[in-house]
Amino acid sequence: MSMWRIARLVAAKDLRIERRSRVVANQVLPFAALVMVMFAFALSSDAVLRRVAPGLVWLATLFSLLVIVQRMFAIETADGALDALQVAGVRPGGVFLGKAMALAAQLAALELLLLGLAVVLYQTELVAGGLVLLVTTFVTATIGLAFVGTLYGGLAAGAKGRETLLPLLMLPVVAPVLIGATRATEAALGTEGATPSDGWPWIGLLALFAALFGAGGTLAFGSLIDE
Amino acid sequence: MTLLDPATSSATTGSDRRPTSTRFTRVLGFLTLAGIGWLVLFGLFLSPNDATQRNRVRILYIHVPSAWLAYLAFGVTGLSSLAYLWKRTRSLEWDRIAGASAEVGVLFMGITLVSGSLWGKISWGTYWEWDSRLTTTAFLFITYVGYLAVRDLGGTHQQRARRSAVLAVLAMIEVPLVHFSVKWWRPLHQQESVAEGEMEGLMLFSLLLGIIAFTLLYVWLVMHRQRVLALNDLVDDRGLDVALADRRKEAEG
Repeated sequence: MSMWRIARLVAAKDLRIERRSRVVANQVLPFAALVMVMFAFALSSDAVLRRVAPGLVWLATLFSLLVIVQRMFAIETADGALDALQVAGVRPGGVFLGKAMALAAQLAALELLLLGLAVVLYQTELVAGGLVLLVTTFVTATIGLAFVGTLYGGLAAGAKGRETLLPLLMLPVVAPVLIGATRATEAALGTEGATPSDGWPWIGLLALFAALFGAGGTLAFGSLIDE
Repeated sequence: MTLLDPATSSATTGSDRRPTSTRFTRVLGFLTLAGIGWLVLFGLFLSPNDATQRNRVRILYIHVPSAWLAYLAFGVTGLSSLAYLWKRTRSLEWDRIAGASAEVGVLFMGITLVSGSLWGKISWGTYWEWDSRLTTTAFLFITYVGYLAVRDLGGTHQQRARRSAVLAVLAMIEVPLVHFSVKWWRPLHQQESVAEGEMEGLMLFSLLLGIIAFTLLYVWLVMHRQRVLALNDLVDDRGLDVALADRRKEAEG
């Protein structure tokens, strides 16, 4: 079976589980919304909130990413499903890409919600001129986060009962995404007089990040989940 | 229970005493001690005050060598991990060198961060500046703390070795990305000079002496630690054998 076919099957399976269990929709999305409200409590001033809204959107995304990744690998390790896939000779690279695709789809839904909340709660205004940059930022950052999330999720999943390790391993790695995506989003929204042309160099960083961890994950995933 | 019973455990730990030192490491240890003694002498007493930094410059005789040692250690961890992942050189030796080196690296990166922020406080007036070198260093520290945690996850030696080797290689991808993103993030804070380049005479000599002494210290620490890790692995393996033998005896008796 080709790697892409494996990837599509695994992604469809993950999304089907989510459609039936609705754990992300009913638990993680409300959690993310709550985080946005909590930020408002902590920062209180409207001007400050408008200024830092892009950073808060991405910070809330990262926190939710940790939760989603843990959920995503909990369903795999609960019945030894990953081991079964390994024994069945399914190529780990395909499993990696499939899980990353499913994660990217869930992250995209989450980010849309967070952006909407930033508009409603923080009075963020979307600028027509920055729309292309905004969409590109969200797409490249989401792909990068999905690759890293799957890679480190697989690593922590192999070790039973050590989910507490995931944030320590993953947050330092996604720091470039937080910086790059926040700056690009600020440029797209015109925060503090930034213009879209300020944002495009950051897209390069985000794309490089996604490419490196996509390639690394496809190669290394087998070694990480092997028990 | 039986593992703690002296009668049976003598088979595992008893008579074969295995020191982690050899003649080479003993000589190396004395050289290291002598080097550090010289460093104290030159760094604290014989070298002159800096024209602008005055006595503050003396922190750098510790700070720069420990930063060098930590970068060296993480480099060795990365290379040993690659050596483990490459099939033709795969051996648990490489894994243990990587682990020992990372432990020493984390310790000295911690010393680097503490000594650096103390120096920053008395020189810049702040403990921390968000420049790319400082921030990358902090991320390196956290990343290898995570690496050491992953080494402790358990499983067979081979699982530990493969998992941590992949992680160390991923860290080599991560660190440059962090460095460049931080560099772009705060372009105003790029003055990466930690007052280097202006040194000469006894001050430069003291700094080089520190680097040599710390390099010897690194080799000495890693050799010992690596041997301790090998003995740990051996105890794990033998512990399993002893437990199996006990169960068999129970079944027979």
